[in-house]
Amino acid sequence: MSLRILFFASLADIAGAREVLLDATGFTDVKSVFDKFAGDFPALEKYRSSVLFALNSEFARSTSPVRDGDELAFFPPVSGG
Amino acid sequence: MIRLVREPIDIQSIAESLQQPEDGAVVVFEGVVRNHSDGKAVLYLEYDAYESMALQKLEEVASRAKKEFAIRDIAIVHRLGHMKIGECSALIVAASAHRGPAFEACRFAIDTIKQIVPIWKKEFYEDGEVWVEGTH
Repeated sequence: MSLRILFFASLADIAGAREVLLDATGFTDVKSVFDKFAGDFPALEKYRSSVLFALNSEFARSTSPVRDGDELAFFPPVSGG
Repeated sequence: MIRLVREPIDIQSIAESLQQPEDGAVVVFEGVVRNHSDGKAVLYLEYDAYESMALQKLEEVASRAKKEFAIRDIAIVHRLGHMKIGECSALIVAASAHRGPAFEACRFAIDTIKQIVPIWKKEFYEDGEVWVEGTH
């Protein structure tokens, strides 16, 4: 039972990693996972209103359910081009 | 043609390879690395991406552009990694029978890339570095 969590750009700097494997037990939705990492890394709190979520490479909402084996990415608003 | 690359983008060869005899217009848009940002001198940039999702989203941008505008084909290439001032970070080439749709498709593609494709740039200054965050 695990979730593959990805962080990018400023969020990777804060989390100190681009990829973390997380035991999925107890996590129900995207928000519950973000809350866990915001607890571990308080600097993530200021991204709460702007962070984007992707579940298995598709944009998701904070209320989107997470399931065993999902890849969940957290990242700031994009700035490519 | 959709690509993420780490080497300089060969604009000429991509534009030439896209063009077909039925095209009356080939519009090339280049996003280039600028030497300033919010009044600060920028020395160079680095781009990072969530590559698997970025490729999917670039494909989505291209297919929406083909659906919404009367273009025959579109190529999108985004470069990642370290880039110097003046280098091309993003290339869009749209080919169509007439110029209007090709211009419009390029505009649509770059605007949409800046909204939905998970790529980020980091600006490096004399006194530090900052991840740029989009505004949407």
